[in-house]
Amino acid sequence: MPVIKTENLTHVYGRGTPYMRTAINNISIEINEGEFVGIIGHTGSGKSTLIQHLNGLLKPSSGSVFVDGADIWDKGKSNLKQLRLNVGLVFQYPEYQLFEETVFRDVAYGPKNLGLEGEQLNKIVEYACNAVGLEPDLWEKSPFELSGGQKRRAAIAGVLAMEPKVLILDEPAAGLDPAGHKAIMSIIREYHAAKKNTVILISHTMDDIAASADRVLVLSGGEVFDFDTVDRIFSRADELEKMGLSIPQVAKVFIGLKERGIPVNTGIYTIQAAREEIKRLIC
Amino acid sequence: MLKDITIGQYFGGESFIHRLDPRNKIIMTALLMAAVFVSSGFAGYGVIALFLIICYMISGIPFRMILKSIKPIIPIIVFTSILNLFFIKEGDILFEWRFIAITDSGVRFAFFLVARIFCLVVGASLITYTTKPMELTDGIESLFGPLKRIKFPVHEVAMMMTIALRFVPTLIEETDKIMSAQKARGASLDTGGLVKRVKALIPVLIPLFISAFRRAHDLAVAMECRCYNGGEGRTKMKKLRFGFIDIIGAFAMIMLIAGIVVLNILGVV
Repeated sequence: MPVIKTENLTHVYGRGTPYMRTAINNISIEINEGEFVGIIGHTGSGKSTLIQHLNGLLKPSSGSVFVDGADIWDKGKSNLKQLRLNVGLVFQYPEYQLFEETVFRDVAYGPKNLGLEGEQLNKIVEYACNAVGLEPDLWEKSPFELSGGQKRRAAIAGVLAMEPKVLILDEPAAGLDPAGHKAIMSIIREYHAAKKNTVILISHTMDDIAASADRVLVLSGGEVFDFDTVDRIFSRADELEKMGLSIPQVAKVFIGLKERGIPVNTGIYTIQAAREEIKRLIC
Repeated sequence: MLKDITIGQYFGGESFIHRLDPRNKIIMTALLMAAVFVSSGFAGYGVIALFLIICYMISGIPFRMILKSIKPIIPIIVFTSILNLFFIKEGDILFEWRFIAITDSGVRFAFFLVARIFCLVVGASLITYTTKPMELTDGIESLFGPLKRIKFPVHEVAMMMTIALRFVPTLIEETDKIMSAQKARGASLDTGGLVKRVKALIPVLIPLFISAFRRAHDLAVAMECRCYNGGEGRTKMKKLRFGFIDIIGAFAMIMLIAGIVVLNILGVV
């Protein structure tokens, strides 16, 4: 059974006003348990709107969302609060939601809402802080004293501490320096590897998607352009580029090599695969 | 939820009313308010209502926007009319029960107030629906220009208003975002008693304040960088112009007031 499933999901903003706009249109997707799914699409393609439906923050204009097989808007049965704890959502620039006096208490906000207390609470907060690489000497500091990258980690820890079955991240590395970017991405990969939970990642950096995701959902103009394995998505490189999306740099290199008449495979998008392919060529 | 707030919401258009000089519109709105308060009978309110309906039709603002602008003040209308209903003791008694007495003039005055508040709100909404906030502050700055002589910082006040108006939608959007983010962390913002709800707002208000201060600081720096130093010698990109259509508009308004005054003198109720 897929952990998340949408059926003909459509969302219209500002219905009945001059600003009416269909953000997503007729989206039907299935995401399996333990999968790492990347979502790509240019600005305004409906990525953020889509993910806000998956934890019930937005109500569909039409269509339905199923989490664990249950319709989340089914009257009577649905429990939005419980749902939001199962499906953890890290917004863009999540550091703007920090508010507590100390980092530790801020990370504890989510699990506290879950009803955790005492030793159990401390344990889960410590786990989350460690998972994002926040040193214990930062835990009692005010979150506003931290650096940009540290704030980002604290905010992500706040969602990890709820141990969501499905973790959704909306451009978690946006606006960070290269080192911070790399660190955040490896935190997410390690989390996925350790917990085997479902992860959904929105990113503009194709290299991140290529390195982490099992499958990629490509949105264009609020509709599903394609939803397939990473190999097959990046093999449609020219179409992606036409849509204004880039492809991983490694893939570009190999497509360039092929154009220059060198007999390489073009479905290569990670450094490791590139190394193997070059080895094969020169041996 | 927050997106439903319509105060200050501009509806683009090219109608007669949109094209009026904002200074003229401000004065006309003030005159309309005066007319509403001057009118002493229901006939006057009928005339004002008709005038407003015609204005809305000319401006092309959908009529459901009128309902939308009235919605938030319904509690006030209900409250004031009930107060008047019970506390006006003059006139013939229509209904009596222990210490409660409803008189015919009480009923009349209650309806009178409803009509008055209705006309005020609907009239005042029209100017914000048809005038860009920037035009509005430009108009205010120009109208209050003479106060510069007595060292009143007209330009600065107008600039503050412009910036405040400019940031209303930004901050609403920001509030929505932060609320969503905290809801995603299991916050329940719309359940529980009053104390619980106010407490639940803390995780929204603190980030909102911090972001407001950050934005203010960034904006101040950006203005500094572009050598902003107040209104002295500053020219406008869009000059306000009092044109022919403004004369027509002003004439219509004068006619309305004259009509109300005549109705008052004739004593039509």
